Order: sequence, then C-alpha cells, then structure tokens
Amino acid sequence: MKFAVVQFGGSNCDQDTYHVLTDVCGVDTDLVWYKDGLRRPYDAVVLPGGFSYGDYLRAGAIAARTPVMAEIVRHAKSGGLVLGICNGAQIGSEAGLVPGTFTLNAYPKFISRHAYLRVENTTSPFTGLYREGEVIRVPIAHKEGRYVAPDDVIARLNGDGRVAFRFCDEHGNITPESNPNGSAENITGVLSEAGNVLAMMPHPERASEAALGSEDGVKIFNSMIAHIEEHGHRGPMR
Amino acid sequence: MNYDVTITIALKEGMLNPEARAIRHALANLGFPTEDLSTARLYRITLDAADVAAAEEEARQMCERLLANPVIHHYTIEVE
Repeated sequence: MKFAVVQFGGSNCDQDTYHVLTDVCGVDTDLVWYKDGLRRPYDAVVLPGGFSYGDYLRAGAIAARTPVMAEIVRHAKSGGLVLGICNGAQIGSEAGLVPGTFTLNAYPKFISRHAYLRVENTTSPFTGLYREGEVIRVPIAHKEGRYVAPDDVIARLNGDGRVAFRFCDEHGNITPESNPNGSAENITGVLSEAGNVLAMMPHPERASEAALGSEDGVKIFNSMIAHIEEHGHRGPMR
Repeated sequence: MNYDVTITIALKEGMLNPEARAIRHALANLGFPTEDLSTARLYRITLDAADVAAAEEEARQMCERLLANPVIHHYTIEVE
C-alpha cells in the first residue's frame, strides 16, 4: 500500500500529514513535489493544507490547474482515493473532484480553532471507522472555507449520503451558532459522486495524536488504510 | 492583431459577499451610509486574435477555465 502527499509551492501542512501517515498510521508514504508528477501508481493521494500560490485568484485555483492535478483527476477517475484537507479541499473543488466551492467565510476573517464535527456518513472509504452521528473535535484554520453549492447540488449530496461532516456543537446539534464560517447546511466535508474523493476544511492531521489534544482525526487516515486493505483501492466506495 | 480585453468577474446575484458587507460597514463608520455596495474583480488583458469574435471567445475560455468559478461567479467581457 502506498500513499502520496503532494507538495505545491505554499503547501505548509505537507510534513504534518506525512508524519501522521508514516509515524502514527505506519503507512508507506511519498512526499511528491508537484513538478515531479505521480511517478508510480498510488492507492491514495493526499492534498495537504497550506496557501498554494499565496491563495492568488481564489484559494486553490492555481494549484488546481497544474499538470499534477490532471494526473490526480485521472487517478480519482480510475477509483483511486483522494483526500483534500483545507487548501487541499479548495484545490479539489477547483479541480472539479467534488461539487461546489469553498469561499470567503461569512465573517471574512481567518479562523483558527477547534471545531466539533458530526460524522454523517460511515460507509465511505474515509469514515468507515466512525460511528454514525459520532461527534469529533478537529481544528479548522482557514479564511476561505465557507461551503457553497447550488440548492439542487446540496439536495443531491444529502440524498446520496455524500455529506461526510457537518459543523455541530459538542452534543452533535447542527445549529447556526456551531457553524463557524457560514457553510451551507453546516457542510464541511463533501464526497465525490463515486465516493472515492473527500474534500474537507478541518485538519485531521492536527488531531491525530494525544499530545495535540485530540486523536479524533486519525480515524480518517486509518479508515482509508482499512478500506484499501479490505477492498484494494477500487473497492466499493459508499 | 492585438485587442484590449476587459473582463469583469463578480459574484452572482444573491451570493453572500462578506467583503462588500465589511466595506459598506467601514464606509458607514466614516459617515458614508450606502444603500447597496458590491465588489468585482477587473482584468485588463491584451491578446492577439484574428478578430473581435475570436478575442471574445478566447476571453470566455479564460473565464470558464480559470478566472471565474461558475459556482459563484458571473462575468462580462468587453473587447476594444
């Protein structure tokens, strides 16, 4: 099993993500510089957080148009897993891997704090180890994280079980007060139509060790590993 | 020949514009109450094209493929 963490100019969570995958989860992982491209098949590609290209134009917009992203789109189309975290989620949505977009927070400032998330889907390759409705505590750190999509897209996401996570309060209630950035229906984790791509604004790699105050996020990486072990990367997705 | 293309990209009608809201609030603090305020981003591009229609089409492709996000933006193109 092999994971890739793709580094763009301005990525800054690449080493954290690599550390969690290799040292905490024990999975063989390559750090891949975007100009080098995917030089071998990977079971999963992780797009880490950061500020690729200084968030010029729109967060993730420039990185989404790089040649390595065309390779990652092909990887996803062939069933490979892709996890986009924060800037990686913005890049993934800009590349069309998931519908909708992550844009300027409703209150337009950078938010960096822990958030509570309710796990809405426990059958995807990314969430298989969670209990349905489980409330997890994972940090957010973004200024452009408000999820926006047309109403019909939101309805389809809801109907198809493609909302992975919603912001909630500590008891799991989905309320306006627990929605830090004004995301549509508190959505902050979206699955692709086939279920093999997850774009999420919260940072699971920052909640994967007890020393960091929460281990709630590590189950995302471990779910991916368990899914690949069980099904190979072309297994059933949701 | 060269054409000067002006592309204006703005949020679609009804989209929340936190930036505009903050600016409007700041203007009000300075004693400039406003009824409405919106923002847009403007690109001035010089490009070589066969004719006006080709320049317009080139600019449209730029908007569709990079400059605008169709989920939230609409755009206008002027060619001189």
